[in-house]
Amino acid sequence: MPAVATERDRVLDALAAVRDPELDEPITTLGFVSTCVVSAAGDVVVRLRLPTYFCAPNFAFLMVADAYDVVSAVPAVRSVDVALEDHFAAAQINAGVAARAGFVASFDGEAAAELDELRRTFVAKAVLAGTDQVCRPLVASGIDPAGVARLAIADVPPSPELDRLLRRRAELGLPVGPDAPLLVDVGTGAAIAADAAARHLGLARLTRTGIEANTGICRGMLKHRYAESGAGEEESS
Amino acid sequence: MYEKNGEKYFVVDSHMHFWNAAPDNWVPGAEQYAKGWIECFHAYMSLAPQNTHWPLEKFMRYSEDDLMRDVFEDGYVDVAIFQPTYLKEWYKEGFNTTEQNATLGEKHPGMFVLNTRFDPRDGDAGLEELAHNVDRYGSKGVKLYTAEWNAGSRGYKLTDIAAYRYLEKAQELGIKNIHVHKGPTIWPLDKDAFDVSDVDHAATDFPELNFIVEHVGLPRIEDFCFMATQEPNVYAGLSVVIGGLMHARPRFFAKVMGELLFWVGEDKMTFGSDYGIWEPKWQVEGFVDWELPDDPEFADYPRLGVEGKKKILGLNAAKLYDLKVPDELQLKEATPAAQDDSKLVTS
Repeated sequence: MPAVATERDRVLDALAAVRDPELDEPITTLGFVSTCVVSAAGDVVVRLRLPTYFCAPNFAFLMVADAYDVVSAVPAVRSVDVALEDHFAAAQINAGVAARAGFVASFDGEAAAELDELRRTFVAKAVLAGTDQVCRPLVASGIDPAGVARLAIADVPPSPELDRLLRRRAELGLPVGPDAPLLVDVGTGAAIAADAAARHLGLARLTRTGIEANTGICRGMLKHRYAESGAGEEESS
Repeated sequence: MYEKNGEKYFVVDSHMHFWNAAPDNWVPGAEQYAKGWIECFHAYMSLAPQNTHWPLEKFMRYSEDDLMRDVFEDGYVDVAIFQPTYLKEWYKEGFNTTEQNATLGEKHPGMFVLNTRFDPRDGDAGLEELAHNVDRYGSKGVKLYTAEWNAGSRGYKLTDIAAYRYLEKAQELGIKNIHVHKGPTIWPLDKDAFDVSDVDHAATDFPELNFIVEHVGLPRIEDFCFMATQEPNVYAGLSVVIGGLMHARPRFFAKVMGELLFWVGEDKMTFGSDYGIWEPKWQVEGFVDWELPDDPEFADYPRLGVEGKKKILGLNAAKLYDLKVPDELQLKEATPAAQDDSKLVTS
């Protein structure tokens, strides 16, 4: 029935907004959604899977909780059942998310705080990695690092990479207006001085390399663990 | 020893194992963890060339003959450094203990270096065990797995008071090298368990000890590199980098190597096969053949030449462990020394 298929597409679109906080990529394209079923009545069942049995439980919790939230917000969804499979902490995570209990309550005695700070740490890394994506072509075109530090957002040609960088900066509350500096300290939002620009760009490049290497390993591990592609997964190199 | 194009390489495998993860070694009630652990390791093997993959059954428990052939006969390794990983909450006799390693090491004198380990949560008894192991096996290095489960605890940090007590004791006993392996579970669970800042503090506070961060802090390469630029006694253990990326993701491998050469440098990088996850043969051969791609994307990175490969494959680790290197396998005298590596080749 086309109507049901459309609803599933809407749910998958919603799930595409959930990112692996470490890899900064949608859980759908990473292949982490093993099942996405939507009944005609609007009951949704989503199953998530990860590259290993021992993937970090805090990141796993964030993805399951975020998936629950975005699916719940889809119009016409009547009930939501989201669960992580094949993971050492699956029972705790699933029970905690289903009960809307938060991380501390879900891991009673094992956690000191909710995961907001963890999430911020990784959005900051995503900002650095995005800075490399945007700045590398500028440097290749002949602008030296000090010159890059003198650019404002409005000086950079529009691109999907720039849009993505600005979205991540906005998440952290960093300046995103046309006059804002292209290079900012991810902690304070202050402009990077011209004489510190080469080092900043080096860190940005390094951070991007780290995230990409992790993503490569995670994809390889997931492929070994599960032969079938995930729901909403695109072919990737 | 590996020879290619007239160049001879002294090979030290500075990170390898001899484990038993077969079901008869699983702790009753913890079978899912024992199984999950070894299956996770096995998935890493899938990143190697297809013709080197093992079936899970063999992977759970390979034989002494397998190890001697894969590492020494076929794998070019001159000296292998055993790194124990206990995991006794999941494996009855331990996953890979100092004792298991020593049984093999004592049969083959001169071929293995027997490292031991400690767990700062083991109190006074653990300190005594450490002293016993150093005395019995002559260990100069320890392997620390900070995410090991221990009596309800999901891990520790090197900056814990108890860990400092152990590091002091280790130093007093003559331990020189601390191999650190970060894992996913540590208290409190809301923090990033892979964060390497505790290694940074410990390296500052124990300047006489060398800290070899295994798998270069993966998945936190960026934090690791940033730390390593500031701490002269921090090294990059390449286990997982070569095994996990060189074949499966060659462009990422080149980038990671480029970053490591840029931030850490060829004098502070050590080869480790992580056997039995990956056999050393293809890693050594591939690494000697490897070059940074001739592509503008890699233009910022330092090049790695034959001399640098010799250091990484064996001479750096030989220095850390005072291993005797035959004269013909040393670097050539005339090589212009970068930083302090002239000391490295003559000591």
